[in-house]
Amino acid sequence: MTVLSTNTGLEELKQEAELLFQRKRLFNFGLPALVVLYLTYVFFAFDVPGLWSKLSPDNAYTLVSDSYSYKTHVTRDNRDASVSVAIEGERKGAYPEGEAPSWVTLGETTVIDLENGHVVRFGPETIEYDVPGYGLIRATPDRRRGVQAELPAGEVPDWINVSKNRLAVTTEAGRLTVTRSRSEVFRYFMGWELFFFTLDSPYHGMGVGELASRAATGEAAAIFNDFWTNKMWRHQDVAWAILETLLMAFLGTLGAGLIALPLAFLATRNFMPIRTLRFTMRRLFDFVRGVDALIWTVVLSRAFGPGPLTGALAILVTDTGTFGKIFSEALENVDQKQIEGVQSTGARPIQRYRFGVIPQITPVLLSQLLYFLESNTRSATIIGAITGGGIGLLLTQAIITQKDWEEVAYYIVLIILMVMLMDWFSGWLRRRLIKGDEGKKKKPKGTSKAKPFVLP
Amino acid sequence: MADLSAAPGSVSEIRDSYVELTQRRRVYGGILLVLFVALMAAGFRTADNRNAGSFSDGFNRIFDYPTEVLGEAWEKVGLLPGHILHFLPALIETINIAAASTLIGVVAGTFLALLSTRGMALWPRLIPLFRRISDVFRAIPEIVIALVLIFLLGGGPVPAMIAIAIHTAGALGKLFSEVNENASLKPVEGLHSVGASWAQRMLLGVIPQVGPNYVSYALLRFEINIRASAILGFVGAGGIGYELRNSMAWGQGRYDEAAAIFLLLFFTIVVVDQISGHLRDRLTHGART
Repeated sequence: MTVLSTNTGLEELKQEAELLFQRKRLFNFGLPALVVLYLTYVFFAFDVPGLWSKLSPDNAYTLVSDSYSYKTHVTRDNRDASVSVAIEGERKGAYPEGEAPSWVTLGETTVIDLENGHVVRFGPETIEYDVPGYGLIRATPDRRRGVQAELPAGEVPDWINVSKNRLAVTTEAGRLTVTRSRSEVFRYFMGWELFFFTLDSPYHGMGVGELASRAATGEAAAIFNDFWTNKMWRHQDVAWAILETLLMAFLGTLGAGLIALPLAFLATRNFMPIRTLRFTMRRLFDFVRGVDALIWTVVLSRAFGPGPLTGALAILVTDTGTFGKIFSEALENVDQKQIEGVQSTGARPIQRYRFGVIPQITPVLLSQLLYFLESNTRSATIIGAITGGGIGLLLTQAIITQKDWEEVAYYIVLIILMVMLMDWFSGWLRRRLIKGDEGKKKKPKGTSKAKPFVLP
Repeated sequence: MADLSAAPGSVSEIRDSYVELTQRRRVYGGILLVLFVALMAAGFRTADNRNAGSFSDGFNRIFDYPTEVLGEAWEKVGLLPGHILHFLPALIETINIAAASTLIGVVAGTFLALLSTRGMALWPRLIPLFRRISDVFRAIPEIVIALVLIFLLGGGPVPAMIAIAIHTAGALGKLFSEVNENASLKPVEGLHSVGASWAQRMLLGVIPQVGPNYVSYALLRFEINIRASAILGFVGAGGIGYELRNSMAWGQGRYDEAAAIFLLLFFTIVVVDQISGHLRDRLTHGART
């Protein structure tokens, strides 16, 4: 820097260098210190220490265990002693009257084999649970006197919970609850229950080989229909929801691009001589962008009601502002020589734009459109949760019920796959389209650097 | 392009082949355009059919709600400054969520990027793993993690912060690793030759090269994250979005509050956009000169 001046002494130079180092050191240590300070402030402002008390381990346990396993309920109505078996205790997963899985033997005394020696018996009067290594637990529910539990002698272990009206036994094999009105056994299984076919379908429990052979002999349509209309997992609705989400992103992004392109011309210095109009256009873009997608969603859903159209329009409106800004910046950077060249051949204005301007901005335009298509797939999921459409809605509904965590896990996997697929697709298309323009390989890189507005 | 080594054909031959080429291009372009228009139209019709209200009905009512809100806010314009003051803490919470998650995301994204760039990775064999991690992080919409964490931790800013930080880490991890690819490896090799550890190599050899670009991307991310944290507030994660939902749920009579929140949110986004745009401009220009 100052080294070039000849009459500075060595001492002075050294001092200067030291000063520079000091400043750099201060900066290098000061900045991280500031960041740490800020994070500490946030740590207390957000009450992170108090978070542990709010964390509910029960919820966490249900969430994790439910997302990879399911339980089958065997329920005895203590008033009329009738026994029913249902997967997840839902009507949709109930076994038909008088039928039960092989580990439940229905009869006067219903015997439920929980394996490894754990056996629960629903007798005519008394419920018995034989826990190996502990003994026999007996409970007699009575309408008036509550639940009378008889436990083996000794201290009550912490996996048994007894009170006047309730007995709950939790072992690694399953769970038994007895209350006045009903007795219930849960047995846990790995996996997602009834994912392909529900119990009322004749194809439930069939192997892949048998299904394939049946499909080959003309039952393919019926098999697909049973899968498609599965009441538990609603594959049809899920497919539609994903389609809706993609539709929102597609319509919103491309519609915004179509609207923003002509408007962007009005906001550029080189194509729009009228200053006030240019200024108004730019402020309009800023306004539309500044009124966030959230507010547009809220406003538009009042007019159009919930659904994918509202989401698409919200994306469209917000992105019109963004695209208008990006496109007009790209248009201001176009090379005038190319336009003059086209003009010199006697081209009319329309042709000048078509052959002089558009080819120059196509790479920017396409790469931005595709970037946004991908990022809007994610936005559409979020907007869908607010405005009520697409996979976002299904996800929020499943989370609100607070028990269908396997469905939540399923939707999350689907969403991640969908977004990754769109990411891959838009990247592939971008490479194809932009490399397809011969000799413009370098262009997207150069332009993206000049315009750091590239969204990830 | 034309094959120069071949004997030049007559002018008319060249002309014919050129005309044929342009015609073929035009046909392809036309087909693509028709396909595109058809897709848009079909998509619009599907979306319109599956929506609660139709486009033609709603179109006239777009401005009903804003006029209602603004009208009521205008009547009670005297209360507006009070409301703005009242909701300022919520706004600060929203900004804090965005800032903290951006900072955490930048740190995590830096590590992800360094660990997934060839020549810089600490464990070169694990490069694909770290790439996939940042892909997955990037693919998860914030709302998914936020909703699950709200179930576990209850409403509040922390679920939103974690959710946005995870997404930010993934997104920045990818962008940063693209920046890293363009960085020179010579300083790293030089530092390696004098026995610098991995952390020293990265801190002294890579970060100074990529710093300005990192900061530029981080600022852009901060803009995006403010919007995201407002949206997450709407689903129950605290901040200004939560207040907006509450005042909207009250409906008529509380529209002045909704208007105040709209105004606050709008101005915050515009101001942050302007400041960060200005800073980013300076960063990229400073890097160029």
